[in-house]
Amino acid sequence: MELVLAIGIGVMTGSGVWLLLRPRTYQVIIGLLLLSYAVNLFIFGMGRLRMNVPPVVEPGVPVDPAAFTDPIPQALVLTAIVIGFATTALFLVVLLASRGLTGTDHVDGREQ
Amino acid sequence: MSYWSPHLVIAPIIIPLVAGALMLFLDERQRFGKAMISIVSVLLLLVVSIALVRHAGADTTRDSVYLLGNWPSPFAIVLVLDRLSALMLLLSSVLGIAALVFALARWAKAGPHFHTMFQLLLMGINGAFLTGDLFNLFVFFEVMLAASYGLVLHGSGPVRVKAGLHYIAINLAASLLFLIGVSLIYGVTGTLNMADLAARIPEVTDGDRMLLEAGAAVLGVAFLVKAGMWPLSFWLPTTYTAAAAPIAAIFAIMSKVGIYVLLRLSLLLFGGAAAASAGFGSQVLLFGGLATVTFGLIGVLASQALGRLAGYSVLVSSGTLLAAIGLGNVGVTAGALFYLVSSTLTISAFFLLIELVERGQDAAASVLAVTAEAFGDADEEEEEDEVGVAIPGTLAVLGISFAACGILLAGLPPLSGFVAKFTMFTAMFNPEGLGNGGAISSASWWVVMLLILSGLSALIAMTRSGIHTFWAPIEATVPRVLLIEIAPVAILLFLCLMLTVQAGPVMRYMEATAQALYAPQAYVEGVFEAPRAGVPNGEAQQ
Repeated sequence: MELVLAIGIGVMTGSGVWLLLRPRTYQVIIGLLLLSYAVNLFIFGMGRLRMNVPPVVEPGVPVDPAAFTDPIPQALVLTAIVIGFATTALFLVVLLASRGLTGTDHVDGREQ
Repeated sequence: MSYWSPHLVIAPIIIPLVAGALMLFLDERQRFGKAMISIVSVLLLLVVSIALVRHAGADTTRDSVYLLGNWPSPFAIVLVLDRLSALMLLLSSVLGIAALVFALARWAKAGPHFHTMFQLLLMGINGAFLTGDLFNLFVFFEVMLAASYGLVLHGSGPVRVKAGLHYIAINLAASLLFLIGVSLIYGVTGTLNMADLAARIPEVTDGDRMLLEAGAAVLGVAFLVKAGMWPLSFWLPTTYTAAAAPIAAIFAIMSKVGIYVLLRLSLLLFGGAAAASAGFGSQVLLFGGLATVTFGLIGVLASQALGRLAGYSVLVSSGTLLAAIGLGNVGVTAGALFYLVSSTLTISAFFLLIELVERGQDAAASVLAVTAEAFGDADEEEEEDEVGVAIPGTLAVLGISFAACGILLAGLPPLSGFVAKFTMFTAMFNPEGLGNGGAISSASWWVVMLLILSGLSALIAMTRSGIHTFWAPIEATVPRVLLIEIAPVAILLFLCLMLTVQAGPVMRYMEATAQALYAPQAYVEGVFEAPRAGVPNGEAQQ
């Protein structure tokens, strides 16, 4: 489980960084998306990986920390997803504006 | 008043949020209504922040802690008002008023939703200054950045879109680093509350310490991108130059948000109490700051256009502050806070002034050509050739403001730039306090040398462009300047003058602020012992 998650984060970060450094705006935005997925998984991993345990405490039952997973990283991931989604959508609009104004999808607005 | 005063802490976030949201209901044609709401909002912000500064300055024992939702302290998200955050709130509201009034003349009409984005930007900035929680800081950072993305593009045009594209890509990447840093710190300590972190970091085991420091370093990189430390700063001059003048003016405080967070977190989390991690990162700040000053001063000298000169001045200012924080001395930090206020006001005024000066130089290139006709008719008659008048009044006012900006940027005697640098130098040469001697570190010599050189380069560059701009033969291109455009510049420069005249009281406030920053126990205790509002007062919590 840990290995799969770690490899997943690593592959997505690697591809994301590579795409981020590419000269086309579409590659940049896909790179940022991949990076944000990797970061979201990373936040999730920071709350420790647990199988088959709920993040919610049942009322009336004595609390045993070993039987629950940490709910805070999950809440953080949710916030990060929403914010990341919004900013990426905004970036997409700027990308289109740039394409319209310069006639090219190069990040510098002109072919090198 | 007593009923409302506990809730005053959250007002700097609520006021611009409500004003910004309210204006979404107004049509773009209702300019007057939007302008009124905006003005009322920034004036309210000014009043509130003055009240908060008075409160924070008078309250010597405890910082005001506002428990959102009235949850007990270390578990809830808190807002904390101490001297530093009150000072930054006041600075942002002053800049907000100046930039908004300037924008009302023409820039506010150059595109849709200017006022809403402006208010949300203020909300993000104020929230970042007030919050006492790392993740909440991320949220306010994103609010601020999202509004700034819109504002960078305000007025449109290929130059802005290109600069905006780079700016957004860099800041999105920096936000991801922010998240990685925050989650690493959470993974080690199990908390995101800054005060709780300060209490837990000394207890971190040696095995986890490396992970914690890695998290803090990644987090620091995100703020250093915002603050513009070399080599993370290449985006900054281009973006600030491309942005419209009032927006560049308010952006001057956005790079200071990065500085503020670095100052707060490095002293709170890695102060003397942090055992093995004490002083973590201060070397990076010091040498990074020195590199930034060097890069900035070369950039200032190399700038052909005034806009880029101002952009590189932002870097010089950031670098100076980073190096001063890196030195880790109470006196230097107090001087640096004074410098922060003075240089932010100066750079903001300079950005506004540049637009007015350049308007005369190259009217054809004005991006605002579309909206220019709104004013062109009224001012046309002023352009008649007045034979015998050596220097038109407009140019005289602009020239005086320009000279004042130059003196402030270079840090020459009469104005506050000098007071700020002098205070920092005094503290660097007397590390144990005035008259107590103490060895002057070699780092201090480097800082002093580079700061003096940066002042010299600012002086050379400003003199050169001043001669080029104001002593050139006067042709029929006297810039048309409205009163509400020159007034914000004059007010900001007047505030710098007041800062000089009232340097004593202001420095006392800064020294108290710096001492509180270097003794974060009071901050930590203040957050932990924050009283919850009782049940009878429960209705007051909205």
